Amino acid sequence: MSYIPHTDVERQQMLAAIGVTTIEDLFEAVPSRYRFPKLDLPDGASEMEVAAELQSFAEANDHAGDFALFRGAGAYHHYIPSAVNHILLRGEFYTAYTPYQPEMSQGTLQAIFEYQTMIAQLTGMDGANASHYDGATSLAEAVIVGLEASRHARKKIVLSYGIHPHYRAVVRTYHQWAGLDIVGDDADHSAEDFANLIDEDTAMVAVATPDYFGRMADFRELAKRVHAAGALLVIVTNPMALALFKSPGEMGADIVVGEGQPLGIPLSYGGPYVGFFATKMGLMRRISGRIVGETLDKNGVKAYVMTLRPREQDIRRERATSNICTNQGLMALAATVYLSLMGKNGMKRAAELCYHKAHYAAAQIDHLNSYTVDQSQPFFHEFVIQCPVPVAQINAALYEAGIIGGIDLGADYPALKNHMLLCVTEMNSKDEIDTLVSILNEVSEKAGVTA
Amino acid sequence: MTELTIYEKSVSGRVGVVMPATDVPLSELPEDLLRSALDLPEVSELQAVRHFVNLSTKNHAIDKGFYPLGSCTMKYNPKINEDVARLPGFAHLHPLTDDSASQGALGLMHTLQEWLAEIAGFTGSSLVPAAGAQGELAGILMIRAYHQSRNDTKRTKILVPNSAHGTNPATVSMAGLQVVELPSDENGDVNLEAVRAACDDTVAGMMVTMPSTLGVFDTHIVEVINAVHACGGLMYMDGANMNALLGIVKPGELGFDVMHYNLHKTFSTPHGGGGPGCGAVGVNNKLVPFLPGPIVVIQEKPARKGEPPLYALEMPPQSIGRLKAFHGNFGMHVRAYAYIRTYGGTGLREVSRHAVLNANYVRSRLRDTYHMPYDRICAHEFVMEGHFEGVDSVHALDISKRLMDYGIHPPTNYFPLIVPEALLIEPTETEDKDTLDNFIEVMLTIAKEAKENPTLLTEAPHVTPVARLDEVRAAKQLVLCCRPLPQWALDQAGD
Repeated sequence: MSYIPHTDVERQQMLAAIGVTTIEDLFEAVPSRYRFPKLDLPDGASEMEVAAELQSFAEANDHAGDFALFRGAGAYHHYIPSAVNHILLRGEFYTAYTPYQPEMSQGTLQAIFEYQTMIAQLTGMDGANASHYDGATSLAEAVIVGLEASRHARKKIVLSYGIHPHYRAVVRTYHQWAGLDIVGDDADHSAEDFANLIDEDTAMVAVATPDYFGRMADFRELAKRVHAAGALLVIVTNPMALALFKSPGEMGADIVVGEGQPLGIPLSYGGPYVGFFATKMGLMRRISGRIVGETLDKNGVKAYVMTLRPREQDIRRERATSNICTNQGLMALAATVYLSLMGKNGMKRAAELCYHKAHYAAAQIDHLNSYTVDQSQPFFHEFVIQCPVPVAQINAALYEAGIIGGIDLGADYPALKNHMLLCVTEMNSKDEIDTLVSILNEVSEKAGVTA
Repeated sequence: MTELTIYEKSVSGRVGVVMPATDVPLSELPEDLLRSALDLPEVSELQAVRHFVNLSTKNHAIDKGFYPLGSCTMKYNPKINEDVARLPGFAHLHPLTDDSASQGALGLMHTLQEWLAEIAGFTGSSLVPAAGAQGELAGILMIRAYHQSRNDTKRTKILVPNSAHGTNPATVSMAGLQVVELPSDENGDVNLEAVRAACDDTVAGMMVTMPSTLGVFDTHIVEVINAVHACGGLMYMDGANMNALLGIVKPGELGFDVMHYNLHKTFSTPHGGGGPGCGAVGVNNKLVPFLPGPIVVIQEKPARKGEPPLYALEMPPQSIGRLKAFHGNFGMHVRAYAYIRTYGGTGLREVSRHAVLNANYVRSRLRDTYHMPYDRICAHEFVMEGHFEGVDSVHALDISKRLMDYGIHPPTNYFPLIVPEALLIEPTETEDKDTLDNFIEVMLTIAKEAKENPTLLTEAPHVTPVARLDEVRAAKQLVLCCRPLPQWALDQAGD
């Protein structure tokens, strides 16, 4: 199978126009001893065969279509209205390039402009960029803004333990040679101990609400401490929670980042997702990534265009603060279409469903004698339970019943051995939750654990 | 003309998608954490659908017409790839599913890792990087980690030709190294003497795009690689132009140590209006331990012949670390797998053969009319100058804008930076001769128009949804949202 349209006659006509005899003649600049190597790959296949092969790979996975999923930890199973996919499959959107030529890209540009607006509204910030690769790289890019704000005089970054472990790892990968002092995420510090880590060498403080463990907090007091020290506050958040809960902008954040996947983007084994990045106006000219602004064309017609371009790598080259080139355009479009379809009321309703179902599940589990739910802080749709037996044992029993259980926190956090991180969304029915609870109970009873 | 924004179409109380009623008892909400207002659009489903369909019609796209955007490889994005990426077993697979329950995804990724390594002559690869720029960052971080692991700490410089994409020097800075810019020679190749002069024990490596961004195969690339290796540096290949090399030459065999692939260029995953992409990296034995992770490995060989092995995710022992959450843009891996499987080894060579044939055909037919600064057989793209003697008012940008009136997307403008009034043209292999002939005729017509009626060009485009934009105004007024921030947010914003 091939998508190459040439006929033999056309090939000959084209070679004649070029003035060579064979296609091979076009490759004489390639050193002959390395030219035309054999590729040890399977033979080509028809569309029908490729479809069947991919189908068999897909069927070898246990997914949320077949299993009840109680797993989140940075990727969430939400309902995606049908219309989202229909819009994404418009060839005019998905087979277009970055909108460098605005006269031929107003569709993409206006959609990004609307995306920026919705992200700004959700986060309570003045503006947003056209997106980053994912939530983790949004945070790594935020650190660059923090360092630039002090012209690299300040070298300390304070991260909270509650930020997703992958996000913290990505910050360390991006900045491994920058000579930074990255502290704060070694333990679950109290609010006061955490704030005491902030000093005059601190460029940036990053916290999360809801955090990796599902906990929500109000960071208004922390914001005052951060700003008093002359540092910037980054809040990592979940956009679904923002439909219901106080925005980071209201808490005094300077930058808000997070994973936009809950907004109409499928789990897709971890990507492609979309990292949102919102900020106060004062920082807008310092941030990286594409930004779309409104302007007029020469006839005075309102139009959209990529703006503040001189920040970017193709113009500034080695003096650019980031090498980012593309955004996650199509995923940002998915979020925009999703938010338009759900609207103000649909988003609130979905967030409420998540909240009530998660709290119902937590209450039922807490009733079981041998399990304890961490309710020290308010939570949204994820929570931590302490289990009487190893998490792997529980998940094995759940799997038998067609349920994918929560994350075994002991793997990343030794202090949390036998602790499970559960997630409940609007996709989980009461029946599924009740089955989950009864199996948790069975496992502890079988193990002979009593309270 | 202008489509109202979705906010301007919003009517208070209108509902798009209705969510179900709750089937569990309600719990109390934490009053002190609730938000006071949320300004999202309120539209019906039809309004939303119409809005975005209308917006889509204002875009140019491959599905709509020719898109000869140099260095971007705007080839056809096969429809089957979209369907297979949306199979429930992929789309609804949670990234933290146990390895034992995601063997299909892991098997696909492992096979793709091996195929990519084979195509470019490497021994290992990682699918994690989300885009070409992130692949570059991974590559330079690996080079740096390699030298550090040998206690070779003096190496702080990366050589970059002046024809490079802007991401190359920006990446070097991001990795905390210094850029040494090298000139190109009169043939568009890297200046070999300048490379040799720059090579010493402070050089960590060199980044080269092959074929170069001028669209030519560097005739002394082996000498360049040898010079850098001789001083102890490693060679990075920017794989942006890999569409010219499939089955033509393996960069790993030439001596490159690491490269990134753009799955969204060479392997047909759609550009999506600016992402998502995938910038997978391939490496030779020296750098395998440093790959960004996690990668997919074979944990257990199959017990019986014909059975699949047991796959697992693993961080390489000296990995530069995680570049994003989870394991990369898996949806792009599925599409690239389908693409490579469709063509097979011999088919992929045909891809590059025809990409190069198409570019040379267009170049040959335009070379009498447009000035070609490097007038030689080209690779998959070529650069020409967008201005005419005696017509000072017409620039490359004007030719580009005029092309829009003919329903063709402009070539890349003003890149590479070393060619004045550059127009970088890449037809790709999926375009038929009729489309190319039409483009050629249009380009010849525009050349005539430039001389006879230059304002047709300088005032262009004439038939697009909007005319030329006031870009200075956009940067000055900085209106980035449909709405200003509501007062409630300003009132409550802490300090």
